[in-house]
Amino acid sequence: MHGKPLVYLDNAATTQKPEAVLKVQDVYYRQQNANIHRGVHQLSEIATFEYEKARGKVKNFINAADVKEVLFTSGTTAGINLVASSFGRTFLKAGDEVIISAMEHHSNIVPWQLICEERGALLRVIPMNDNGELLMDEFERMLSPRTKFVSIVYISNSLGTVNPVSRIIAAAHAVGAKVLVDGAQAVAHTKVDVRAMDCDFFAFSGHKLFGPTGIGILYGKQELLDAMRPYQGGGDMIRSVTFEKTTFNDLPYKFEAGTPNIVGGIGLGAAIDYVNTIGLGAVSAYEQELLAYGTAELSAVRGLRIIGTAANKAGVISFVLDHAHPHDIGTILDREGIAIRTGHHCTQPVMQRFGIPATARASISLYNRADEFDSLVRGLQKVQEIFG
Amino acid sequence: MSDLSELYQQVILEHNKTPRNFKKLELFTHDADGYNPLCGDHYHVWLKLDGETITDIGFQGSGCAISKSSASMMTASVKGHTVKEAKELFEKFHSVIMTKIGDALPEETIEELGSLGALAGVREFPARIKCASLAWHALNAALSNSQTTISTESEKN
Repeated sequence: MHGKPLVYLDNAATTQKPEAVLKVQDVYYRQQNANIHRGVHQLSEIATFEYEKARGKVKNFINAADVKEVLFTSGTTAGINLVASSFGRTFLKAGDEVIISAMEHHSNIVPWQLICEERGALLRVIPMNDNGELLMDEFERMLSPRTKFVSIVYISNSLGTVNPVSRIIAAAHAVGAKVLVDGAQAVAHTKVDVRAMDCDFFAFSGHKLFGPTGIGILYGKQELLDAMRPYQGGGDMIRSVTFEKTTFNDLPYKFEAGTPNIVGGIGLGAAIDYVNTIGLGAVSAYEQELLAYGTAELSAVRGLRIIGTAANKAGVISFVLDHAHPHDIGTILDREGIAIRTGHHCTQPVMQRFGIPATARASISLYNRADEFDSLVRGLQKVQEIFG
Repeated sequence: MSDLSELYQQVILEHNKTPRNFKKLELFTHDADGYNPLCGDHYHVWLKLDGETITDIGFQGSGCAISKSSASMMTASVKGHTVKEAKELFEKFHSVIMTKIGDALPEETIEELGSLGALAGVREFPARIKCASLAWHALNAALSNSQTTISTESEKN
């Protein structure tokens, strides 16, 4: 980039793609391309087999009980919107309460605002402390029989905080509320077991897990998905249609209207194989070392303040620098070949909480190295030369 | 080309560090907000017009060095000038920063821009062009609003 080797530290936005993921997509379009679940011809059977095989890989990856509980979506945002809309229209009534947290991405705020407004429900927000940790006592005090839903981020994209999701889920279940976990920033960094966690829904995106863009997963417990009304109508989600009455298909197809992103699903399957060969335990341990190294290196930079200092963090380091705005930092680092994210990271309430307009954010993945933080620090010294 | 020193020229860094007219006007005839929701840069521009002349101008808010220095230089350039002159200056400035990479810059126009010409380098950084034009859009919006009587903040509320 700009004549310098690329230092890619924007993995919370999207990850780079391994060769195996590129290859299966090429093979699909060259040798297997057909629509799925429809044709009687062999090509359609092959495409269907490959797509459904990928669903099976996802089921094992997150330890779902059945492939019926694994819905393909276009990404985390689509998954959350599906649950907010479909669960909301089936179960939410006036006076009910939905709880989210102060560190949610806009995609886990706005769908709940929309459905709460529609159903006359109240949206409540768990506050956090100056380190970017949720105030669990406050949360537990908020819970009541009125609480119908809790939608919570596993790992914050702007602060790196790892939230105590198991404790949140147990507390919510104790008052009869259901829980969605936004796993967008979690799946590439920590082992997820939806049954051990006991979440009711779990959403994530393929492209943050080394897979293609435009594909994602929504896990949901079967009894809930069965009880929920469909989200979108169309082909593949129906059993029979007359102008008087339509009966819906079984799970997971009830929530998969229209021709899906077939090649995306197959690509995601290959990405999961890639992660499994390395093992998320090893990934997690390695990234924790990198995070500790990067945090120490950046903390030593004069005038730098890290935003998000939770005791339990994943590989995201958000920071601000005296005298230099994050956008200027981003532009100067870019000329050094260093890609980071700058801005509010679609978490404007987090920025408001910390009284800052934006941050610069370095986020790591399994392929990053410690010396890339050395490059980042040298880049920041260049920023300081310019801004003094 | 597209060197960092082209973008962060001394005059830009100086305006960023010590912005001119970085104040709220107590008495003003026009004002408007400039906000870029994608990056969060946010400025408010106040103007006091006497007839067609901009007799005073101020701005406040937060954003990057490019947006802040552009706002500062803008206020310094239009103060004491007529609305027509300010709008002409905006047109010239806009045409310079929007000149495609590789196309020749109109040298005469850059000279007419004075210190604002320093921002011509932003065209080499497509992601930053909106930073340079943000305060100008706020100025344009303020000049387009129909409010003609002087108001103070308290009267407005």
